[in-house]
Amino acid sequence: MTQATSQSAAEIKARNKQLIQEVLKVYPEKTAKRRAKHLNVHEAGKSDCGVKSNLKSIPGVMTIRGCAYAGSKGVVWGPIKDMVHLSHGPVGCGQYSWGSRRNYYVGTTGIDTFVTMQFTSDFQEKDIVFGGDKKLVKIIDEIHELFPLNHGLTIQSECPIGLIGDDIEAVSRSKSKEYNGKTIVPVRCEGFRGVSQSLGHHIANDAVRDWIFDKIAPDKAPSFESTPYDVAIIGDYNIGGDAWSSRILLEEMGLRVIAQWSGDGSLAELEATPKAKLNILHCYRSMNYISRHMEEKFGIPWCEYNFFGPSKIAESLRKIATYFDDKIKEGAERVIAKYQPLMDAVIAKYRPRLEGKTVMLFVGGLRPRHVIGAYEDLGMEVVGTGYEFGHNDDYQRTAQRYVKDGTLIYDDVTGYEFERFVEKIQPDLVGSGIKEKYVFQKMGVPFRQMHSWDYSGPYHGYDGFAIFARDMDMAINSPVWKMTKAPWTNSPQPTLMAAE
Amino acid sequence: MTQNAEHVLDHLELFKGQEYQQMLANKRALFECPHDPAEVERIREWSKTPEYREKNFAREALTVNPAKACQPLGAVFVSAGFEGTLPFVHGSQGCVAYYRSHLSRHFKEPSSCVSSSMTEDAAVFGGLNNMIDGLANSYNMYKPKMIAVSTTCMAEVIGDDLNAFIKTAKEKGSVPAEFDVPFAHTPAFVGSHVNGYDHALKGILEHFWDGKAGSAPKLERKQNGKINVIGGFDGYTVGNLREIKRILELMEIEYTILGDNSDVFDTPTDGEFRMYGGGTSLHDAANAVHAKATISMQQYCTEKTLPFVEDHGHKILAFNYPLGVGATDDFLMALSRITGKPIPKALEQERGRLVDAIADSSSHIHGKKFAIYGDPDLCYGLAAFLLELGAEPTHVLSTNGGKAWEEKMRTLFASSPFGQNCHVYPGKDLWHMRSLLFTEPVDFLIGNTYGKYLERDTGTPLIRIGFPIFDRHHHHRYPVWGYQGGINVLVKILDKIFDEIDKHTNIAGKTDYSFDIVR
Repeated sequence: MTQATSQSAAEIKARNKQLIQEVLKVYPEKTAKRRAKHLNVHEAGKSDCGVKSNLKSIPGVMTIRGCAYAGSKGVVWGPIKDMVHLSHGPVGCGQYSWGSRRNYYVGTTGIDTFVTMQFTSDFQEKDIVFGGDKKLVKIIDEIHELFPLNHGLTIQSECPIGLIGDDIEAVSRSKSKEYNGKTIVPVRCEGFRGVSQSLGHHIANDAVRDWIFDKIAPDKAPSFESTPYDVAIIGDYNIGGDAWSSRILLEEMGLRVIAQWSGDGSLAELEATPKAKLNILHCYRSMNYISRHMEEKFGIPWCEYNFFGPSKIAESLRKIATYFDDKIKEGAERVIAKYQPLMDAVIAKYRPRLEGKTVMLFVGGLRPRHVIGAYEDLGMEVVGTGYEFGHNDDYQRTAQRYVKDGTLIYDDVTGYEFERFVEKIQPDLVGSGIKEKYVFQKMGVPFRQMHSWDYSGPYHGYDGFAIFARDMDMAINSPVWKMTKAPWTNSPQPTLMAAE
Repeated sequence: MTQNAEHVLDHLELFKGQEYQQMLANKRALFECPHDPAEVERIREWSKTPEYREKNFAREALTVNPAKACQPLGAVFVSAGFEGTLPFVHGSQGCVAYYRSHLSRHFKEPSSCVSSSMTEDAAVFGGLNNMIDGLANSYNMYKPKMIAVSTTCMAEVIGDDLNAFIKTAKEKGSVPAEFDVPFAHTPAFVGSHVNGYDHALKGILEHFWDGKAGSAPKLERKQNGKINVIGGFDGYTVGNLREIKRILELMEIEYTILGDNSDVFDTPTDGEFRMYGGGTSLHDAANAVHAKATISMQQYCTEKTLPFVEDHGHKILAFNYPLGVGATDDFLMALSRITGKPIPKALEQERGRLVDAIADSSSHIHGKKFAIYGDPDLCYGLAAFLLELGAEPTHVLSTNGGKAWEEKMRTLFASSPFGQNCHVYPGKDLWHMRSLLFTEPVDFLIGNTYGKYLERDTGTPLIRIGFPIFDRHHHHRYPVWGYQGGINVLVKILDKIFDEIDKHTNIAGKTDYSFDIVR
């Protein structure tokens, strides 16, 4: 809607294409050839974004990606609150991922809840040389003794585990037996596996399947009585409370949420999920695997939804309701109507301040598309987006449902590319991660962290949208951006200059 | 509905609302299969007991909430302190994402670093191709003046040979033959980030001084009067190194800071992103071989580097995070002794001002008990300062502190009447500290951001000094070294003491007789 103000869609497309050619010039030939496949300008009507994805990052380019351990411990397993998650290997991985993801939960930390703790086997040279299985046995005993209320244990493998040939599965099996069938889950999420966090999600999903679902005794009595309206929230990590501001809407429309995966989740909830009537899936990328498995094995349908911004929330509530009877369909309408005045007020307040502002995104596996609607609800426009670890099916969804003609697409963007793109496109806002935040702020570009919500949130649901709108306004319209140039400097301002 | 557009509520307030509280209570009761609250309470109380402490301290294998990171973090930190230098970590890429995030969260600054992105195939065949491609890409894209290579544990476990790999990469034309690519093996399963700092710095000096991995003649030392200063791994590097430079300039001493990242982690917001802002020039790094002496501000960050420097004929001297009056006195007198330059009146005045400040306030600190944790040198420096203030550093804990450090701390305690009931805990973690704070309570805790969990659990007020500090902003900009730094630390401690006194005397009509307006 704002492109028309200065440039036509055709001009923007041409500029973006030229921009891609420009950034590719910096690379050695072989690298340029590889990177070219990850950059594109979206053509309306195409079924995907025309980029390759989920391929190895190129050495030395400053990829933003993390590793499989980050995908398993950091994303999928870490938030399960009543289990102890052991970072198995040297001290660093657990240390750097300790508490910074903001997976909110309620519980007595250190007693019956363990999310914001750093349990590590702190491998030393002798553990590498002689193997760590004996140490692991002892660690499990010590956890059992000092943290007796834990409901289970996961062993999150760091790089060395797979390289030195430890058998964490055997240790898990034998210790589980020793402790009367206690849940002990070995996870083979060594950081060198796969090309990004993504394989870690998949491995973590498979570990739930193999070490939780497959071990539930068939005669185990249900802890609650099922209802026809039982659903599970899948792929919401409760960052800043996202799952809570989502759950409240589902309950208001008459559904009953029996499990949260995995933000503020518990082992009991994981185990109860096969009783759900519908799995509703927010982060498709990180939890589609287990959703598909539950569909195949237990016949539970799953449905993707999007709780960013009132347009997508209403669409999603109605979509979820289609799986249920009229009571729920009416419930959805009731919820939409209830929050309409709040949404109107939020938009009336913030849209005038944000109308026409442009945004460039680079986030993980969901938000590069999912938040676009929320920006559009505020009259803003996403002019560039890309995934850290998306796959082709993510780019298909992006192309078919979200991005506009001419949007610049960059998969597994490198530091260099991202800076150049922003320098040339000069968006009003960049949404990405902590590693990118200060780079762009130095360049004078307003920025919001879109992994951690920049220590704010929740952003999901109607309550969350009000916060989202406030935060985007706060970033873009902060007086600080008018002060970046000293008034006595007369030289033409080198706006948005990237590093040499 | 709690939310409203006029006054938007975020996580700080939103979930306190009745609807959310009810929802969370229902979730817990129906679906979480929680333990009986009485049982949770019983275990919570048990975890505070001497009995639990005994079991806790009997741990042999499990580490819980350690206060240390791994070697490559220190390598990246010090490498960034050289002009135009791109830290390059050979191994898995996720590690580099972690180091960059960690440093950015502390300094609120960009942290540039690349990885050779080794994956499963590299685990089988070795990472040579990753090194060859990685160096070529980094060199072309980021136009560094130097690429400083270190390793993740993956590369160390499979035994990649950096020296040979870099040589081969140069032969293959990844970077010009004369381009500087110093390296250091930094296995995460040995030592901690302070050792990574040490190894990487030694690698860089070795490169420049000892013939660039056989590709150039060794430098012949021609002693000049200069002094080299090494800061060590330090969350206050921005404020501290600037303070050290100011002091050296006041004393008219010619100096080289080795690994000067004070400007690197403090670049302006003026429309330009400086990937390489400041740093020790490569010219100075090479010529540092000619210096008369090399001073380390942190002994345990330079255990390998200092002997290497000494072998090149330098006088060497190591401090332990010199903080406060006596430690700064020692530092200045050592500078004066080595260089023959007198300590100027201006610094003597600064000293007097710090002593003045201590005299003004010491009655509020005297006899107070503190628990301290952090890197070994930081712990030593803080403990020494507390003893000067008449306070008792009752528990001093360092996860990456070893036997030698333990002995050193004991000697320090023995040197002061205030150290008589103080204890040192090398190799322990913050879960041990939790037991200490419950069974032998102290008045204040000094540590990094993660100390807030201890503050929550034990009620011991936390004074944030250390690394990382994620949840308070900008303290790294202020020095804690030198007399000026001593005043900064004193004020930090006093502010917390006074806040606590006020907090405990502010109940109207009940305790507010002591809610004094003058303290």
